[in-house]
Amino acid sequence: MATNTETSTGSAKGKATLELKNVNRTFGTEWAREEIIKDFTLTVNPGELTVIVGPSGCGKSTLVNLVAGFDKPDGGEILLNGQKITGPGHDRMVVFQETALIPWQTTRENVVFGPKLRGDRKTAEIEAEADRLLNKVGLAEFKEKYPIQLSGGMQRRAELARAMINHPLVMIMDEPFRGLDAMSRELMQEFFVRLFEENRRTNLFVTSEVEEAIFLADRLVILSNRPTSVREVIDIKLPRPRDFHMLSSPEAFEYKRQTMEILHEEAMKSFNRTDRAFKSAAE
Amino acid sequence: MSEADKTPNAPVERETKVDVRAPRKRSELEKAISSKSFWRGVVALIGFVLLWEVCSRMEQWTGVEVPWIGKVPPPTEVLAAWTEIFWFAGYWESWYLSTGRVFAGFIAAMVLGIPFGLCLAVNRYFHDIFFPPFEVLRPIPPLAWVPASIVFWPTTELSIAFVTFLGAFFTIVINVLGGAKSIDIRFLRAAQSMGATQWDLFRKIILPGTLPSIFTGAAVGMGITWEVVLAGEMISGGGQQGGGGLGFFIWSSYMGGTVAQVIVGMISIGIAGYLSSSLIRYIGSISMPWRRLF
Repeated sequence: MATNTETSTGSAKGKATLELKNVNRTFGTEWAREEIIKDFTLTVNPGELTVIVGPSGCGKSTLVNLVAGFDKPDGGEILLNGQKITGPGHDRMVVFQETALIPWQTTRENVVFGPKLRGDRKTAEIEAEADRLLNKVGLAEFKEKYPIQLSGGMQRRAELARAMINHPLVMIMDEPFRGLDAMSRELMQEFFVRLFEENRRTNLFVTSEVEEAIFLADRLVILSNRPTSVREVIDIKLPRPRDFHMLSSPEAFEYKRQTMEILHEEAMKSFNRTDRAFKSAAE
Repeated sequence: MSEADKTPNAPVERETKVDVRAPRKRSELEKAISSKSFWRGVVALIGFVLLWEVCSRMEQWTGVEVPWIGKVPPPTEVLAAWTEIFWFAGYWESWYLSTGRVFAGFIAAMVLGIPFGLCLAVNRYFHDIFFPPFEVLRPIPPLAWVPASIVFWPTTELSIAFVTFLGAFFTIVINVLGGAKSIDIRFLRAAQSMGATQWDLFRKIILPGTLPSIFTGAAVGMGITWEVVLAGEMISGGGQQGGGGLGFFIWSSYMGGTVAQVIVGMISIGIAGYLSSSLIRYIGSISMPWRRLF
């Protein structure tokens, strides 16, 4: 295995910092207000892969929408390199759950879509980079196929290429490998971790799978129950480049135990709450 | 420079190594003829015609009248009537007139209905203002518009075309609206992230995303225009000229007492409707290559 001397903070130069400061997001009207995200503070360090893990339905997707600029916080602010985020932009690319490739565009059309829309580069340059990226994600032969003709794993790789061609400062991954079978999922995780390790682009990765989180993360952020805030941050000190054997190491096991314990506690809180509500309703 | 230069190997996916190269191109006709479902259809049609022949001739052969079908002239008689009028210009003029009216109304409905439906879908103010009156007018059957339409338009021809237009318009609008509303929001968000303007979103996402619904609406709307045009022709008495369209053809055949000719008219409409919807399906499959794959 190649040795890599980079540590998790080693190559921060020129990379973007993403800060969330006391972010609040509330849904509903006055009399039926529900706080989804409350006092959420987190710094995604430059060049790090920060993985957010939390129980399903805790507001992870809301968080992604806020960072991507699809939604606005009710309080607090989100800063990218010190600048307030006010809307969607190609400095933050989202890879969505399942797949969000545009069905009526071929794989290649999907990849060149962003830069061609903006027209900020020459067409020949865009096409050349699209070819390189498609090659890199192993889809060179499939570039004229439509998304439905690709397998689940291929669709995810096409999405990665579509995001990367926009040269984002931050990649936001919203449970990107959800819905893949176990084997494809593992392959995608390995592929993704290698992509990350080679250029260390600041990355915010959201998942509900603890093993995936530990395998990928530099820092693991465990969310609390609703209203969602940061419950715990664990630095994952597994060496890079990562491979799957590391998941059976004692350290990985300890990270997993710790994470599961906290997640369990948080899950119990919501369970007890519904249980109480159920009892009081029954009385 | 770019991240694409350094290459980690893409994961090998053995389970997805399906050969997706296109097989030898075969013409649509060749495909149809070699398919089992085509031949099932042929056999069913022949069987149906045979059964009809036998049932209508039963009284002649055995003295026992088969209820209902016994009153209908057999296919051979219909065919005889058909070959007879096949050489009359009036018959073909009926085709021409009805088709013209159908397409006039239908094209007008598409031209006005698609932008109207899209506007309803993308603009809240437009929706708030125009949707309520639209929903009040929609349940009114097109035929209920006939008297109003005759008063409203200067010529019979325009009145019929207007009623035809109404038949297709509401269906097309409702389909376009539903289709545009059901576009996955992630496509819009992804495009927005990449810097799409409102116009880009409309052109690149909403319009192509609505195409399947546009064609569904068009196919249904086309069926309705045929229904409406015939009823319109029957009511209006076919205008001043000799041939008043297929609807008038049926009506005058009924008045003239030749039932076989009525059936010729009915089958003609069936064929006309089938041809029109095939045309729409064909245009649909050309304009939506991503849907032609299965």
